[in-house]
Amino acid sequence: MLEQLINMFPEWARPFVMPLLTIVIVLQVNLGVCSYLILLERKLSAWMQDRIGPNRVGPWGLFQPVADMLKLLLKEDVIPGHVNKVLYVLAPGISVFTTMLAFAVVPFGPVPDHLSSTDGQFPFIIAPGIDLGLVFIFAVTSLAVYGIILGGWASNSKYSALGAMRASAQVVSYEIPLGMSVVGLALLTGSMSIEKILLKQADAGILGWNIWFQPLACVIFFAAAMAEAQRLPFDLSECEQELVGGWHTEYSAMKWGLFFLGEYTHVITISFLTSILFFGGWQFPLIAESSSNYLGSTLVKVLVLMTKSFGFIIVIQMLRWTIPRFRFDQLMGLAWKVLIPLATLNVVTVMIVKQFQLNVWWLLPMSAGLFLGAGLVGTQSTRPFARRKTEVAVEPHGHHAHAH
Amino acid sequence: MPIDPKDVEWVEEPPMNFWESTFLPAVFDGLRTTGNHVTDFHPVTEFYPEQKPNLPTQYRGVHRLNRDDKGRVKCVACMMCATACPAHCIDIVAQDAPKDDPDWADRDKFPKSFVIDELKCIYCGMCEEACPVDSIELTSIFDLVGLTRQEMMFDKEKLLSVFDQTKDSGKDPIRTHKGKLGHASDFTNLHTLGPATAVRLDDRAAKAESAGVIE
Repeated sequence: MLEQLINMFPEWARPFVMPLLTIVIVLQVNLGVCSYLILLERKLSAWMQDRIGPNRVGPWGLFQPVADMLKLLLKEDVIPGHVNKVLYVLAPGISVFTTMLAFAVVPFGPVPDHLSSTDGQFPFIIAPGIDLGLVFIFAVTSLAVYGIILGGWASNSKYSALGAMRASAQVVSYEIPLGMSVVGLALLTGSMSIEKILLKQADAGILGWNIWFQPLACVIFFAAAMAEAQRLPFDLSECEQELVGGWHTEYSAMKWGLFFLGEYTHVITISFLTSILFFGGWQFPLIAESSSNYLGSTLVKVLVLMTKSFGFIIVIQMLRWTIPRFRFDQLMGLAWKVLIPLATLNVVTVMIVKQFQLNVWWLLPMSAGLFLGAGLVGTQSTRPFARRKTEVAVEPHGHHAHAH
Repeated sequence: MPIDPKDVEWVEEPPMNFWESTFLPAVFDGLRTTGNHVTDFHPVTEFYPEQKPNLPTQYRGVHRLNRDDKGRVKCVACMMCATACPAHCIDIVAQDAPKDDPDWADRDKFPKSFVIDELKCIYCGMCEEACPVDSIELTSIFDLVGLTRQEMMFDKEKLLSVFDQTKDSGKDPIRTHKGKLGHASDFTNLHTLGPATAVRLDDRAAKAESAGVIE
């Protein structure tokens, strides 16, 4: 059927048909899913706080996203007089564009082998066959901070500027553990291609999922990715209590909405990546093995992947309403003192296993050992207050001089 | 001036134990708490416009002017409420009661106009406390809206109609002296009260037989 569709186009246009179709589908699904994720998040937070949540628009508030969207579109779009207009208008676009672009290399279903753009197979990925998929994603998602910095700077407001500065420092810091945490995967798989990492796990079955070999990397990846997406508990850059709205203080209507579209797209990307890189992607025992070829198996595989990702989205949203926000020094401390050393040591364990050709299952106790070791170091580390107390104790003479 | 280091008390946070310093158990603990709220869901939300809140009887909402048993306004235009009002939102113009009307024989004055600016009012209840005849009272009506400021200036008729609306609703019973004027008007002879503060011996008010009775 898809082949007939392709053949309706002139020869030169045929390679573009499938990618464009995929892009259109991904874009539309993403927009719809994002708006309903916002409803889900509002409902979930309400349930956690013994409230009911939005329930006025449609049955159980199901049309609330439509109402929100209409409101954002119809609201007056204020551009304050004191802003740098070009950058101010550009920033939300960059924010959405980069997060959408990152999704281009994320497979959202079983990517067929031997894919060509003209044989009518649905690719389940916008840009198939990119061997540097992981690097591409980290490069592009860290570009998203440009949207934030430009937005904050162009707004010409102190709150925005502070939010943007925090965001840039945070993203730059968390980029490192994020990248380091997947180096182990690349070493284990022997490829940076997300499709290949997925396929290797799918072929190996549930005991071949990377979570068994890289549990620590999974935790680091998840935490760092949440920080990268500016989600609570890492949302120091919007931080309503201190910074009004952070970098989007001066934004209104759909420009503001675009920032949040970007954020939610980022959350979706993270969830897909976590389930693909660590939890076997579309593989699930019995119903979606790599050998299963029954009618509708492709659909089942897509659904399995979606379900896994949905689970991670739920976890991310639950964490938002569970954990209080970090202080900024705690945030930086977590990245530089905990996640980066741990991620580095994790890579070292993978190297050891690869170098001495040990059984990959050695990685499970090694990761556990690293985790427990980090906990042990945490109990022994000096806290800032304890340090200050000793400083105070050594200067009684200064006090004596003041008293007279 | 720097704080004397001796006066500073550094509060030491308790040392973290092993599992606390790995963070993850605390995260899962928190997730369990919030998750329990989701699975064991007991909302405390009231569906406000459909479901009115159950307010306590002492709730202080919109004012009303009570009527006496003859249906007249109970207010005797003594200005006590206007004097007590910290927001200066009560404006009263007093008028002598009609002398030749037997219905008004027990009354000296009544308010010709009685206007409360509901936007200025801070709903403190001072007027209610000050009123000697229990005429002005605060009802439990709280959802007051108006399209203009003029609408929110409640005059005598409006305040009396609030009384007519609320007296039988159950939430705002007539609290004292139902059907009668308050004590200040009901009695012609009041006992002399001792002065609250020391007064000069030649003060005529201190020697008066009866307090507050107008001849």
